[in-house]
Amino acid sequence: MLERLSNAFGVSGNESDIRNLLLKEIGEGEIRIDTLGNIIVHKRGTGKKVMVAAHMDEVGLIITEITEKGFLKFSSVGGIDTRVLVSKRVFVGEKKIPGIIGMKAVHMQERAERETAAKEKSLYIDIGAKDKKEAEEFVSLGDTAVFDSAYNTLAGDFVKGKALDDRVGCRVLLDLLREDFSFDFYGVFTVQEEVGLRGAGVAAQRIMPDYALILEGTTCSDTYKTEKHLTVTKSGEGVAIPVMDRSAILDQEMVRRLVETAEKENIPYQFKRTTAGGTDAGIIHKTGTGVKTAILAVPVRYLHSPGGVMNLKDYEGMRSLSHAFLKRMEEEEWNF
Amino acid sequence: MEELLKKLDGVYGVSGREGNIAKVVSEEMKKMMDEVTVDNLGSVIGVKHAKCPHPTRVLLEADMDEIGLMVKDITEDGFLLFVTIGGIDPKILPGTEVIIHGKKEYLGVIGAMPPHLQTEKEDKVLIKNMAIDAGLSFEEAKANIKVGDTVTFKTAYTRLLGSRCAARCLDDRAGLAVILKAAELIKNPNVELYLSASVQEEVGLRGAGVAARRILPDIAVAVDVTHGDTPDADKRTFPIGEGPAVLIGPNAHPMRTRELISYAKRNEIPIQIEVDGDGDSGTDAAIMQVQGEGIATMLLSIPLRYMHTNYEVMDLKDAEEASRLLAGYVNEMI
Repeated sequence: MLERLSNAFGVSGNESDIRNLLLKEIGEGEIRIDTLGNIIVHKRGTGKKVMVAAHMDEVGLIITEITEKGFLKFSSVGGIDTRVLVSKRVFVGEKKIPGIIGMKAVHMQERAERETAAKEKSLYIDIGAKDKKEAEEFVSLGDTAVFDSAYNTLAGDFVKGKALDDRVGCRVLLDLLREDFSFDFYGVFTVQEEVGLRGAGVAAQRIMPDYALILEGTTCSDTYKTEKHLTVTKSGEGVAIPVMDRSAILDQEMVRRLVETAEKENIPYQFKRTTAGGTDAGIIHKTGTGVKTAILAVPVRYLHSPGGVMNLKDYEGMRSLSHAFLKRMEEEEWNF
Repeated sequence: MEELLKKLDGVYGVSGREGNIAKVVSEEMKKMMDEVTVDNLGSVIGVKHAKCPHPTRVLLEADMDEIGLMVKDITEDGFLLFVTIGGIDPKILPGTEVIIHGKKEYLGVIGAMPPHLQTEKEDKVLIKNMAIDAGLSFEEAKANIKVGDTVTFKTAYTRLLGSRCAARCLDDRAGLAVILKAAELIKNPNVELYLSASVQEEVGLRGAGVAARRILPDIAVAVDVTHGDTPDADKRTFPIGEGPAVLIGPNAHPMRTRELISYAKRNEIPIQIEVDGDGDSGTDAAIMQVQGEGIATMLLSIPLRYMHTNYEVMDLKDAEEASRLLAGYVNEMI
């Protein structure tokens, strides 16, 4: 299932593919799709209103221009390092037309050019069209393009995929929705997180939850040549619990209870060790009269590139901890 | 042509480690050549014998190696450090999926620092800052991968619109497909036909010189690739789909080249003319020309966009026309 979710298409603003896949998998509950495309699943209960969210959109590209010679100019949707774009295969538009992100061969570059990252505006997608007219038969302005990167297993417990951020969150949320809790439970698959946390705010404004738990994929820079202080999280050390990021300072008591639950259930966890990045928590906690919010995140190496890498043990950790925490809060009736 | 190209692109063979592609090429050559041998460097050479006492000896050549990486060290976290084999643009590496040819094949990713952690000055793309992540621990890596193991790009042959396609090493599997297809069509009893699928072109034209020296043909034609048209190229390029390019310049024998061009014009085979004033065209044609007492050499090139990257793009029509041209030209020889 994680494989299918990671492979599905859904660039911010154009999430129909992944939305349809998710809709097929959601079991019981009242399902509503709002104006922006968020999927809101409501499993009625009594007592506190709890929202658990994961975003279904992924970073990608959007076609801004079709040149006379049939090449496609684009801009990125969500934060993408242009360095990972060069010479990659992508699929464009609804028809999923294959294309290559090209730039001129190395033999034709000046010495200084060779080692300097290409600027996005000098890149283009080549779908093999003879000219603009042929290209327009297959793609249109505004079409989105996703990386070609099929989900695959690496050695050990590692897997690779293009949208582990945040299809891992979606996968865990699907599981949580199959459980029955006594509290009023809203499971939300949000849109447009990558372009400014836009779906989550709208969904939260409708729901007005008391508590929110965000399931995310997060930066994991335990990789070659990254200085220790920029490591953020380490793959394999467990599900990450952020205390603060650029968009939110998470609820202190909620974080404490998450840690307590992890320790009690022997679920490996780690703290997110920098304050970089933002998530849907950033917009949700400020909604209405305020929402007590926390995040659980799976460390993903090479976030926002075609080949994100994560450790399945960390993903299992997010699953177990989110289950255990919600069960415990159900017992304690969210008494904080 | 496409089937053959797909088959050839599906096999890996970095310069110096061409064993796998050599096997496949041998099988293909056996279908139409009388004898197939492998020389000391690994080049696969086939011959189709003439049926007359003083035949013209013709060699059609393409290189079968590809650019790639080689493992140079394993870090304490199990990441693999590497060097490049052949001319690789470091810019294509971040985020690229690779296959490490160790005790078995391992899938990996060349890491890239995420945007969230970057500062302004990070616009350099340097190989010394990159490593391959295959999810291996140091122990696992040490047990299964050694320094010197090769690494290739993981790509899939992709058909684009029309007759265009994208694949990892059209340079020079396209050339290989062209000479194999041409050999099928050549049935001239006055010609002793040689094919050479040479090794190690990408690291210095090493295989072709040795092969040509052994054969000492009267005429040698190298089939390689040249730069196709891309929007950002500022030097001369050759539009894909308008025919293969024939070299004119010191590296190409003037009379034979005129004959080839004349054949093309008479038979309405589209070609483009590539002019290069360098004695060394940067292809196997350069090394073959100076073997023995000199060989009449020509260069036929398939226009290719994004040369030496993960996905090179060409027009299948150009390869088909190139085969037709070579076969027709050789069949006409007396």
